[in-house]
Amino acid sequence: MAHIELENDLPGIRGLMAYRPETAGPLNALAEILLRDDNNTLTRGERELIGTYVSYLNDCFFCQNVHGALAGHYLNCNIDQIDAIKQDFAGSADLSGKMKALLNIAGSVQKGGKAVTEEQIALARTEGATDQEIHDAVLISASFCMFNRYVDGLGTAAPRDRQFYINRAPQRAEDGYLILR
Amino acid sequence: MAHIKVPEGVPGIRSLVMFRPETGKYLYDLAQELLRGESPLSQVDRELIAAYVSKRNDCFFCMSSHAAAARCLYGDDEAIVDEVLKDLDRSSLSDKLKALLHVAGKVQILGKEVTEADIEAARAEGATDKEIHDTVLIAAAFCMFNRYVDGLASLTPTDPEAYKEMGKRMVAGYNLPPQQS
Repeated sequence: MAHIELENDLPGIRGLMAYRPETAGPLNALAEILLRDDNNTLTRGERELIGTYVSYLNDCFFCQNVHGALAGHYLNCNIDQIDAIKQDFAGSADLSGKMKALLNIAGSVQKGGKAVTEEQIALARTEGATDQEIHDAVLISASFCMFNRYVDGLGTAAPRDRQFYINRAPQRAEDGYLILR
Repeated sequence: MAHIKVPEGVPGIRSLVMFRPETGKYLYDLAQELLRGESPLSQVDRELIAAYVSKRNDCFFCMSSHAAAARCLYGDDEAIVDEVLKDLDRSSLSDKLKALLHVAGKVQILGKEVTEADIEAARAEGATDKEIHDTVLIAAAFCMFNRYVDGLASLTPTDPEAYKEMGKRMVAGYNLPPQQS
């Protein structure tokens, strides 16, 4: 049961967005451009992985499963592999040095903006990250610190069966965040 | 110095959205809807939530600018802003707003920190579901904005006069700054 009467039984953030469409507009538009826009040198899979990792650190079940399933869909890996990356991205043989450096920054953003260090930024640059990639990694991480708090702060319900999220990922990948069905 | 190459001399989030207006547009749309759009909470109450959460996140830029906007909106009663930022419980704020700011403070820690008891306390003071919703989302959104501003180490003015001007501009609305040519 959510903390407030949402007058619908949609899961997670979907129920909140149906309850308050005025704020859902810019939230969905932000998710769409951050995570799906093709005019970006980070792949959709890489961007979903950043969202997944931050949601994992924020202990948000709904977001880490929605976005983990999407990351798996784009990156062609299963949920066990996504879980392994969440738990130890630095030890992953499949991630580039650049992605590891960006996830490292994401982990600091999750703690607080000031936790990001010059050294982390310098390392990301050494691994080939551009200013826009660093910008987007920070903003995606920051936005999930919002989305996660929105979803859990209002106590929304989320299906516990993780297969639910895996099954929905291909359709969400196709529809994006602006078409909600 | 900001971590990425943003326009020189431009403070805070303005410099970041000028660097990347594609994402900035939706961030400003969100701020406008949350802080100036239709809501059962007054604009000044919403600015106060923003300033309070920004203070808890140790984001001097967002705290100072939104406190300045709140002071403008309070007019003769502007002293209450500093009372709240200094000691919420002992401030002369209404009990309802205190209860809502208490919820916002929980959201700042993490979504799951918000308890049924916190929500019930707000309800007992007369808060409606929509007021609780808007409080949680504003608090969550500032956990994003604060991390964005500090995570990229954007320019933070120290002169209080700079924020007075910003506050006046913010009262008029949140509009994406024009691009520098």
